[in-house]
Amino acid sequence: MTIHRGRGFACINYPIGMNLGGDPSQALVHSNPDGKFTVALSAIDLGQGMKSVCRQIAAETLGIPVEDVYVDTADSDTGPHDMGSFASRGTHRMGNAVIMAAKEARSVMLEAAAEELEVDPADLVTDGKGNIHVKGAPSRSITTMAASQAAQFRQGRTIAGRGIFLIPLSDVDPETGEMTPVTTFAHAAMLVTVEVCDETGEVTVTDMQSAYEVGRALNPKLVEQQLRGGAWMGMSHAAWETTEPHYPSRDHGAVDFNGYLMPGPGDLAPHHISILERPAADGPFGGKGPGEMCANPVLPAVVNAVFDAVGVRIDALPVTPEKVLRGLKSQGGAKPRQRL
Amino acid sequence: MAMKPVTFTLNGLAKAAFTEDGQNLLDFLRRGVGDMAPKYGCGQGGCGACTVLLDGVPHLSCLTLAETVEGRRVDTASGLAGATISPLQEAFMDRFAAQCGYCTPGMLMAATALLAKNPRPNRDEVIEAISGNICRCTGYEPIIAAILDVAEGRVGA
Ligand code: FES
Ligand code: FES
Repeated sequence: MTIHRGRGFACINYPIGMNLGGDPSQALVHSNPDGKFTVALSAIDLGQGMKSVCRQIAAETLGIPVEDVYVDTADSDTGPHDMGSFASRGTHRMGNAVIMAAKEARSVMLEAAAEELEVDPADLVTDGKGNIHVKGAPSRSITTMAASQAAQFRQGRTIAGRGIFLIPLSDVDPETGEMTPVTTFAHAAMLVTVEVCDETGEVTVTDMQSAYEVGRALNPKLVEQQLRGGAWMGMSHAAWETTEPHYPSRDHGAVDFNGYLMPGPGDLAPHHISILERPAADGPFGGKGPGEMCANPVLPAVVNAVFDAVGVRIDALPVTPEKVLRGLKSQGGAKPRQRL
Repeated sequence: MAMKPVTFTLNGLAKAAFTEDGQNLLDFLRRGVGDMAPKYGCGQGGCGACTVLLDGVPHLSCLTLAETVEGRRVDTASGLAGATISPLQEAFMDRFAAQCGYCTPGMLMAATALLAKNPRPNRDEVIEAISGNICRCTGYEPIIAAILDVAEGRVGA
């Protein structure tokens, strides 16, 4: 029995969202008489932090404290239309829609404030702390709450904004098939080290090193959280998880967590993550979306690492001991690509 | 269906409720008592989302008959916070140890039992304690880090 070490590398270009039907997301933003703002979305936060990011984006655009923004994603029956939370589109699509809606709401807020201060709206700025004042004259100011109340109770003005993200449908060139299915790409590179036992076929991932390019990390903690968790999910898909181990026969398929294997906390490999920020021109404040691409590069990297370690090229996931052993048998034993 | 009264202590308060024949503790807590902290993940002992403490010891409530808690102490994640959240919950927040949060009540209870028995566990002991709890989202590392933060006095000391 020999343990063979190998290293595998993979990198990806990951498209954010998709262009089926223009990939629309809508957002509505309105002020409440207490000077706080509500952002209504129909996309759902699955825990990845979409609400937090949309809240930051709205606050930044409106020029008010983040505490003063409430994001409501309650109900797709009553909210504005959205394609949904998938394809890593949340930050980019909804974020852009929120910016558009918040800009419109901001301009009405400044008009309301201007009327109260008897100045030109173009001369007003926000301080991000809940005040609107005349540029260069901070003492001539009004709170966002007072502006909201004036709009609501005196001026009869609705401080609200509508936003949508929509990309033009891309035609397919009949000659070449060329089209533009997406607007922006995120990128990632992953290097994993594995140990492969040539007697049992078992693959152990011992180290993960990655670099993810995410546009601007609008909320660095959330980005890291997604990358770490998502990469481990990719690892889980690479080496453990499958619903159909004997496809297309469903016999012996997994029906519970005894058959559907997932690595536990005891199987973790250290993962060192580097986050690269290259703000996207069409992203909200430069943001793209880490989403699915945290998991994607892990799978080919593991497959490549197994090839490096024992020379077995696995072409169906997950990389099970059985597949490794069959590969070793058919090529007459381990054929390491390099000495590590 | 025969109904049976059960009296027990839930998060330090005396409780009495009727249980149906053969009802499991998870269903009893959620539907019968209204404590929604323990979660239904698999209903067959495979995920740990339903973990509660029985007299301080972690149990899978989906595999525990409700009537067996008669006279005993049951603790769920609902009881962790007093006027403020507990140090363990604070550590989970600081470390971003939850995304969807579905595993969190079970993780918190597994960790609570560990820390009560062994206030200064090492990394391997933490891993052992949560090894029956599946998390889809976090990759476990933030959860381990949060529990170690409490164990090593970096939070709520
Ligand atoms: S619901 Fe009890 S272990 Fe999964
Ligand atoms: S946070 Fe989603 S399962 Fe753990």
